[in-house]
Amino acid sequence: MLAKRIIPCLDIKNGRTVKGINFLSLKDAGDPVENAVRYCAEGADELVFLDITATVERREPLGSLVRRIAENINIPFTVGGGIRTLDDVQAILSSGADKVSINSQAVRNKALISQSASRFGSQCMVVAVDVKRNPAFSSGYEVVIDGGRTPAGLDALEWALEAESLGCGEILLTSMDADGTKKGFDRKITALMSRSLSVPVIASGGAGCMQDFLDVFVPEVDASAALAASVFHYHEIGIPELKTYLQKHSITVRL
Amino acid sequence: MTALIDYNAGNVFSVMAAFRRLGEEIVLTDDARTILAADRVVFPGVGYASSAMQEIKKRGLEDIIRQVKKPFLGICLGMQLLCSHSEEGHTEMLSILPADVRLFDKGVCKKIPQIGWNRVYGASCPLFEGIEDGSWFFFDHSYYVPLAGCTAAKAEYYGFEYSAAIANDNFFGVQFHPEKSGSAGERLLANFLKLEV
Repeated sequence: MLAKRIIPCLDIKNGRTVKGINFLSLKDAGDPVENAVRYCAEGADELVFLDITATVERREPLGSLVRRIAENINIPFTVGGGIRTLDDVQAILSSGADKVSINSQAVRNKALISQSASRFGSQCMVVAVDVKRNPAFSSGYEVVIDGGRTPAGLDALEWALEAESLGCGEILLTSMDADGTKKGFDRKITALMSRSLSVPVIASGGAGCMQDFLDVFVPEVDASAALAASVFHYHEIGIPELKTYLQKHSITVRL
Repeated sequence: MTALIDYNAGNVFSVMAAFRRLGEEIVLTDDARTILAADRVVFPGVGYASSAMQEIKKRGLEDIIRQVKKPFLGICLGMQLLCSHSEEGHTEMLSILPADVRLFDKGVCKKIPQIGWNRVYGASCPLFEGIEDGSWFFFDHSYYVPLAGCTAAKAEYYGFEYSAAIANDNFFGVQFHPEKSGSAGERLLANFLKLEV
């Protein structure tokens, strides 16, 4: 049986790992390659790098960072942030990333999903879906884009189903209500998506303690993976301890 | 020197990096002489079966690959391309190994593609020397090779068993990505570098 995956996420700005609270007052948190190697050694199953550099001239520096990461780690990794065109996708993948994650641009230009999937394969296309609770939508959640600032007017589940039919291979689901609260992942939308989609769902946003991970891996919720940033970065949760804990609670993990 | 076959497959960078970490010289090439003169050949693969076969034909690599006598390792789609036929785009493959490639049955395997770490059992080929039975490897695929005479190791997905590795003479194929499979994957690649055929 497939192991449930633990995925640390690193925010990258101008080639450095950064940490911040609600995107305010970012502070330097080290070299992404060193951070990645450490996570690898601790038993992370995969890594996600989210480039939050705002400038347009970032493509080449990002490419060289992706190459350095690929040279130094032996687990899969995804790169997201600001990917707009098929050429951007190609550049990231040919630099050694295994997958790209597309968020706002997937909503604005759906063809980017289908074109990338048919050219590079569904397995490397992750669509990041950020959601906020909104009772006006049938699933109870609305898609938001631009880092949560813009309501997209789409039902969260309907959009995820559409992304799947367009050829994405995985959904990275972030609850903007839960994100940063450390009160646990949103189990309701995670369960709904996991049940309704045939592609794997990665739960993200809200991890605060080990039980939060267990809560999205239990059969009733059944996320394929869980992603978190600060709890791993600040050593609040150690990856080996987390995996031992999950295994004790009958969750299949790679130990 | 190891030749890595260039047919515009995705993510060759990680495969090259993995071999370089092991101290091996690896050259990305579609040149017949270089491929046939190499000590061993790696056939990478991330992508779509029919477009991969088109590219292989366009570069005249079909017969070159069949002529390789040195240890040959196909990875993921590179393994599937060694088979006879794939349901992905109803593609005729290289027919080096007598096996077909099928799409996971949605009724049995709830999540397709299979993305993640799965265990590999019952290995019967030198690639797995020193690797514990049931070790974890990273898989990322929707199509699979059923258990067959050339199966060299197996994995199980939603209770369904399939080939994790296939082998025949000097041709080896692994469905998972050894270059992304942590220390177990590294050991497998090191074993491949030691093979003598």
